[in-house]
Amino acid sequence: MSDRKIRILIAKPGLDGHDRGAKVLARCFRDAGFEVIYTGCHQTPEQVASAAIQEDVDVVGLSCLSGAHMYLYPQVVKLLKEQGADDITVIGGGIIPDKDLQPLYDAGLKALFTPGATLESLVDWINENIHPRT
Amino acid sequence: MEELGKRAMAGDVRAASRLIRNMEDNMPGTEAAIKHIFPFTGKAHVIGITGSPGAGKSTLTDEMIASYRNKDKTVGVMAVDPTSPFTGGALLGDRIRMQRHAEDTGVFVRSMATRGAMGGLSKAVGDGIHVLDVMGKDVIIVETVGVGQQEVEIINHAHTIIVVLVPGMGDEVQALKAGLMEIADIFVINKADREGAARLHKETLSMLQMGKFENGWIPPIVSVESVSEPISFAQSVGVLTDKIDEHYQYLIKSNILATRSHRKATAEIYESLRAAILAPILDDLAANGELELMVQKIMKRELDPYSLAELVAEKYLISHDCLKV
Repeated sequence: MSDRKIRILIAKPGLDGHDRGAKVLARCFRDAGFEVIYTGCHQTPEQVASAAIQEDVDVVGLSCLSGAHMYLYPQVVKLLKEQGADDITVIGGGIIPDKDLQPLYDAGLKALFTPGATLESLVDWINENIHPRT
Repeated sequence: MEELGKRAMAGDVRAASRLIRNMEDNMPGTEAAIKHIFPFTGKAHVIGITGSPGAGKSTLTDEMIASYRNKDKTVGVMAVDPTSPFTGGALLGDRIRMQRHAEDTGVFVRSMATRGAMGGLSKAVGDGIHVLDVMGKDVIIVETVGVGQQEVEIINHAHTIIVVLVPGMGDEVQALKAGLMEIADIFVINKADREGAARLHKETLSMLQMGKFENGWIPPIVSVESVSEPISFAQSVGVLTDKIDEHYQYLIKSNILATRSHRKATAEIYESLRAAILAPILDDLAANGELELMVQKIMKRELDPYSLAELVAEKYLISHDCLKV
């Protein structure tokens, strides 16, 4: 009997070390029954994309609080695409100004969660939108 | 699915990682891929790293990757972390220590959750090793979950076993106990700059001196000091990988490699029989609701587990002479 589990990579690209949010999410997704791979702080987009592919995840969740999301998030999407892995969904969170949201969606981010988003809303979004590939 | 096997053999990382995932998830048809790649396996040197939680297994693995890359060897890693018994979820964090190798195409790192398997590994580890093997990795490092005294399943999968010890975990009687302390081909005393390291070294040595090593290999003890001193840390891990290579040469020369391969093959047969015979029966019983009825009967003491097992065997397996029911 098959037992497909949702696998998710939580990654912190860029130079900020504020990882409380990423850790809370990792724990929350673990409790939601997902397999969560956490790669720690200070990752380059290249490292994130490579880890996502080696781990065969369904989702990459990016967290960045340094203000560099406009470069880092689209870069991860681009690198995945270049490596034939654009079936991996990329979502993001952090302190993202409203004016940046649409450009990030346009760049291929599938969902963005900003301050005030509840843990339940994230889990619900993943359960509704992520269907592990067969 | 066979296609995935072919692509993994050609070194396609996506195919390899997908194949490993299909094995973990018991996707239908995965056996076809394993059947396809199996004849080409058995080339890599498989190294197991085990020890208690927080002993420093992932950090050591990271430096071992660097050491083997310096020796121009390609490396595959499988790092296992626990699955929650309550939610089925898992937080796989071993990779944090190894991310500096993420862009090196000579290195493939895969995190795995135990998924309820006992013994410190995941059920898919054996098949995962086959995938890394046919990808052409020279060395495969399998990092177990943080283990206690008895989780020694790694001996069925690895050629060389490293047991990582840290100071401050108990007295010399701990070193004499059966289980984990018996399986080491090499001991690492990690965090050896900490208090108690000299005593731990002495106790481990004294334990080894009481032992009989008829095969001629006496497990060496390698002390590794703080990771915060990168140069001396890398040097001690260099000593470790030299010892590991020495052990592999010893296995080949003394023909013990054959014994270990025999043990591995036996374990693989048990595993595949379980998957081919027991798993479908359990699936069937669960699907038609009988499993739940059985649980109720056992709880009410209307039936005992052994009689129940006989009834199940009668239903599914009766035509075979070997089952005396």
